[in-house]
Amino acid sequence: MRAEPALTALQERLAEAGAVPKIRIRGLKKRFGDKVVLDGIDLDVMPGTSLVVIGGSGSGKSVLLKCILGLITPDAGSIAIDGHDVLHLRRRERETVRARIGMLFQNGALFDSLPVWQNVSFGLLAQHKIDRKRARATADDFLRQVGLDPSVGDLSPAELSGGMQKRVALARAIAAQPDIMFFDEPTTGLDPIMGAVIDDLIVDCVKRLGSTAVAITHDIASARRIGDRAAMLHKGHIIWDGPASALMNSGNPMVDQFTHGSRNGPIQMELRR
Amino acid sequence: MTAILDFLAAIGRGVGLACRVAGQLAVFALSGLSHLLRPPFYGRMFLRSLVEIGYFSLPVVALTAVFTGMVLALQSYTGFARFSAEGAIASIVVLSVTRELGPVLAGLMVAGRVGAAMAAEIGTMRVTDQIDALTTLSTNPMKYLVAPRLLAGIVALPLLVLIADILGVMGGYIIGTFKLGFNGATYLRNTLDFVQTQDVVSGLAKAAVFGFLITLLGCFQGYNSRGGAQGVGAATTAAVVAASILILGFDYVLTEAFFAR
Ligand SMILES: Nc1ncnc2c1ncn2[C@@H]1O[C@H](COP(=O)(O)OP(=O)(O)O)[C@@H](O)[C@H]1O
Ligand SMILES: [Mg+2]
Repeated sequence: MRAEPALTALQERLAEAGAVPKIRIRGLKKRFGDKVVLDGIDLDVMPGTSLVVIGGSGSGKSVLLKCILGLITPDAGSIAIDGHDVLHLRRRERETVRARIGMLFQNGALFDSLPVWQNVSFGLLAQHKIDRKRARATADDFLRQVGLDPSVGDLSPAELSGGMQKRVALARAIAAQPDIMFFDEPTTGLDPIMGAVIDDLIVDCVKRLGSTAVAITHDIASARRIGDRAAMLHKGHIIWDGPASALMNSGNPMVDQFTHGSRNGPIQMELRR
Repeated sequence: MTAILDFLAAIGRGVGLACRVAGQLAVFALSGLSHLLRPPFYGRMFLRSLVEIGYFSLPVVALTAVFTGMVLALQSYTGFARFSAEGAIASIVVLSVTRELGPVLAGLMVAGRVGAAMAAEIGTMRVTDQIDALTTLSTNPMKYLVAPRLLAGIVALPLLVLIADILGVMGGYIIGTFKLGFNGATYLRNTLDFVQTQDVVSGLAKAAVFGFLITLLGCFQGYNSRGGAQGVGAATTAAVVAASILILGFDYVLTEAFFAR
């Protein structure tokens, strides 16, 4: 059920060598009312690696990322970034931690009252990394990096196609050069070709920045392109984790059912609640 | 017996919920206001809201004010003509408009226009994760979205009401001179003789409070909206209804505070 022995061994060697996980989650729990969403999550993400989290809709993948970002306060458990507990920080320190994390939201979450270029340069301006005069040029730069023409910068987000919105959101997320990046379903709702293009962009950006990445996806092809490692979230627990390349033959019946998309198996779809 | 207990329990739950919401609203208001004192300040957001609330509400508020002044003149004439107290009409119009109808009607109109739009905009930002996105981009949403709007409401409403006061008196003047056949100069002199600084200032103070209430409820409902388009719709309605009721309630309290002896 647990991680591949070889990789566990590798992790142990890294730990012995003094490598602290970039993100370390222990016993994380969160419920909304009487609906238990996360029920004791343990997860390590080593520096410079990418983890993909798979799991059904509503299994709490977005909630997990929002807990790490501090947007949702968990009920129990600990989250450490670079070995420092981030749940009990004061506001100033929490903001410093957050500034190091870039997030691509599930539906882009672009500010629709601002033109594209102001979206892209938003974080840089907020962190005073650039001044207003340079903002436009910098935004154009990032738009080019995600394969968009700078003329797109003058449009409003609502005027863009889904794929373009994802690219702009990606540009906004990478603009502050974060050393941790979260991608929440980056390819959902895109055609397969555009999905592959976005995946490549993500891999590219993560490599270039040398960041640690956590990506959420339903899409197994995408998971194998983006991830070094993979973990499956089901009923509030991580039920499997291992190398992303092993997703198709994990030996875990639940993961197999998910990756092969079959109706019959240990996972029963909860069609009613 | 159980029916009575159920009934009492329902009342208890209602009161409990009302208290909780009032508490949340108070915390939200204090947090929003406290961000006005600490940098960074978002001047652009303030100006944008000021234009949105002040400038674009001018037509509705102006029309409301003119017609209110006209109706007031007409109605009080039917009442006073018998006593040949035509001079009283000017004073009735100016006192009613500056003390009461200017701020309240402008407040209600702006609550419908601006409160709803604010709840819808911020609510949409909430359900599409834009508010969370602000936080991840090193921007405090209370400071960026809420504080400038609160300030804009506090500043814009008195300006609107000042204009409404003038237009309301003009409405009375139009009816008085063109329909009722008063002498225009006498009407204006009566108006200026009767009105006191306190009347206008109390009206403007009310307006500032109403502006705060409207933007507060718009932001609060939007900020706490849940559950997609339907949730945003519910937040919009709640913002307008709650702001309108609070405007009328605070109007009484403030009148009591200003004029009760
Ligand atoms: N702020 C919230 N309030 C109440 N329930 C929530 C909230 N956020 C998420 N949930 C619930 O938590 C569950 C998991 O949501 P989510 O993490 O978005 O799923 P997914 O794995 O598809 O990303 C869902 O049932 C959702 O309704
Ligand atoms: Mg999700």
